[in-house]
Amino acid sequence: MTAALHVEGARLIDPATGTEVEGTLTLDGGVIAARDGALPRGARVIDGRGLCLAPGIVDWGVKIGEPGERHRESFRSAGLAAAAGGVTTIVARADTDPAIDTPEMLEFVTRRAAQAAPVRIRHMAALTKGRAGREMTEIGFLRDAGAVAFSDGFHTVEDSRVMARTLAYARSLDALVVGHPQDPWLSRGAAATAGKFAALKGLPQVPALAEAIALDRDLALVGMTGARYHADQITTAAALPALARARASGMDVTAGVSVHHLTLNEFDVGDYRTFFRLTPPLRSEDDRLALVEAVATGAVEVIGSFHTPADEEDKRLPFEEAAPGAVGLQTLLPAALRLVHAGALTLPQLFAALSLTPARRLGLSGGTLVPGAPADLVLFDPDAPFVLDRFALLSKSKNTPFDGARMQGRVAMTLVGGVPVHGG
Amino acid sequence: MTFRARHLLGIEQLAPEEIRAVLDLAERYVALNRRTVKQADVLSGMTQINLFFEASTRTQASFELAGKRLGADVMTMGVSQSSVKKGETLIDTAMTLNAMHPDLLVVRHGASGAVSLLAQKLGDCAVLNAGDGRHEHPTQALLDALTIRRAKGRIQRLTVAICGDIAHSRVARSNIWLLGKMENRIRLVAPPTLMPAGAADWGCEVTHDMAEGLADADVVMMLRLQKERMDGGFVPSLREYYHRYGLDADKLRLAKPDAIVMHPGPMNRGVEIDGTLADDINRSVIQDQVEMGVAVRMACMDLLARNLRAERGRRALAETEPDLFDRAGRTA
Repeated sequence: MTAALHVEGARLIDPATGTEVEGTLTLDGGVIAARDGALPRGARVIDGRGLCLAPGIVDWGVKIGEPGERHRESFRSAGLAAAAGGVTTIVARADTDPAIDTPEMLEFVTRRAAQAAPVRIRHMAALTKGRAGREMTEIGFLRDAGAVAFSDGFHTVEDSRVMARTLAYARSLDALVVGHPQDPWLSRGAAATAGKFAALKGLPQVPALAEAIALDRDLALVGMTGARYHADQITTAAALPALARARASGMDVTAGVSVHHLTLNEFDVGDYRTFFRLTPPLRSEDDRLALVEAVATGAVEVIGSFHTPADEEDKRLPFEEAAPGAVGLQTLLPAALRLVHAGALTLPQLFAALSLTPARRLGLSGGTLVPGAPADLVLFDPDAPFVLDRFALLSKSKNTPFDGARMQGRVAMTLVGGVPVHGG
Repeated sequence: MTFRARHLLGIEQLAPEEIRAVLDLAERYVALNRRTVKQADVLSGMTQINLFFEASTRTQASFELAGKRLGADVMTMGVSQSSVKKGETLIDTAMTLNAMHPDLLVVRHGASGAVSLLAQKLGDCAVLNAGDGRHEHPTQALLDALTIRRAKGRIQRLTVAICGDIAHSRVARSNIWLLGKMENRIRLVAPPTLMPAGAADWGCEVTHDMAEGLADADVVMMLRLQKERMDGGFVPSLREYYHRYGLDADKLRLAKPDAIVMHPGPMNRGVEIDGTLADDINRSVIQDQVEMGVAVRMACMDLLARNLRAERGRRALAETEPDLFDRAGRTA
């Protein structure tokens, strides 16, 4: 057993109580032992003055290239990037090659991940076999094998009958279904959100309404089946009213948003910069502001990086031919802190969206500073400025839209189960 | 010098006086091209490579002729899209070409932004965009402007109707930039399915009705309806498209009596334009456009070559006489 740790003088960010006060936190036996308690004998003291201590980030929706694309990212490289970024739990997507759609495959990746990564890695399983949208996976077996949720990644289940049956079956097991509400027909081949800018640049476009259309379908089916549902990314203002209506009618529905859609807009694409090609594409500034507001009011509860590694070959292409996606494990915190520095969110609000809510929704312990909770923590300086150099990132892939960006927020230490995995 | 651009990637980056500089110089090349001996030597010793990732007959021929008449060594490469994976072709070809030290590189590619990507990867050469995806086709807009200026005596305060498949047209985008910069009134006429989203915010008048769009127009610019759009559900049928949006003598009567008819070619006779009208030398300037194309491309290459030489000269001088320059590279 590792020695107890006693973090002194840090601002304790507790999303569960919405508080942000200076105090001490004692960690022992892998859990938070006490708050504002005495210094235990033999404990190592960590000076947290000038720093913030918050529950470690639970990054929901990370793509890791194992199996199939280890040259882009491995459990090891993703884990190191996560630790450096203050992410203590990676919730991985099932869009591997082959997909994580059998309990055997899930057991394999769970074992590999535990051996290779310094942070916790939990897996979502595919919702349909081969993520093909035709037959549901063995949701029961997969849940028993440890799948925290069921998702076809960035594939929308096109066939409404398949979606209805899968939701109904998942309901019987109380399994959480994660949808990707983007109308696949309108989205086909698109590289940008329809509007003045994309049209001038001559890029294939998808109307922003493609999201509301697909969300409406999913929510109607959720209403019919009573399933537990989470929309992976809501990125447009037009989709928000449907979400509010669903909640008002008592449906068990939550939604997330990527940090990129909260901090960047369609104009950032500029002169066809392929690191800004994302799924779904970046939206208008009006949509971005609406989503920031939605996170502040709790209408959208989860912020994630949607870490999607792509190598240089995938990105050094004309914009519409380049692979979509951006890495984000290591930039999630400094990017999200932009919202705090801009006055849109408080730190407890931010960590509710980064840590507490995703943990609760996925049935994971953590996300709080309550004694007894796992000692998964991030100690960071929210103000420390730096200029991001993408080649300094620990991910194998360096495709970040923040290359060269001025950011604030340096992780001093990341702890998983009371053990420092970064810093310290 | 008025023309400062290093590459010709789009009209978006050009200032009005740069556009005027191209047109003025092009006038002189029009005169040269009408002589028996059509030779100049401004590109003598320079290498021009035409790189066409998309099949093209007239643009490719026009650039080839323009380079040869200016005395450049011209090589044309048609790169088949099917044989190699697209992306590899583009960047790999750029690297290969870079090693051959071309001075002028003319590129056409099917993806928007691909030419600008190439320009970023290439070192010491001027890149001319001969059409990238749905983005821009700057020399087409410049030759259209020259044609209009010669026919109308000016290139400002005109009402120009651009009609047809605007959504998929790089010609339309470049023309909208150019005509806007020169302070013209632009009308876009297309069925809703072929009108790009957001076009209403471009500072143009947008209509789905030919009669409204053509009313009192000085210039009617028709666009080609690509074959692949004809059956893709963008328009119900060719005959309905021709009936509603095809230009014929009846519809043209709505425009000003001296309105000119333009088309970037190649034409689909009986689809977007009536064949007889296209051949009517009193209204159609389509053949003039082709002639102006060679002259405009000569002017563009001439101007870019001057800037290239000047830049190389500055760089060489900075190497041999560093004292003449401050740290920012300006002459002290």
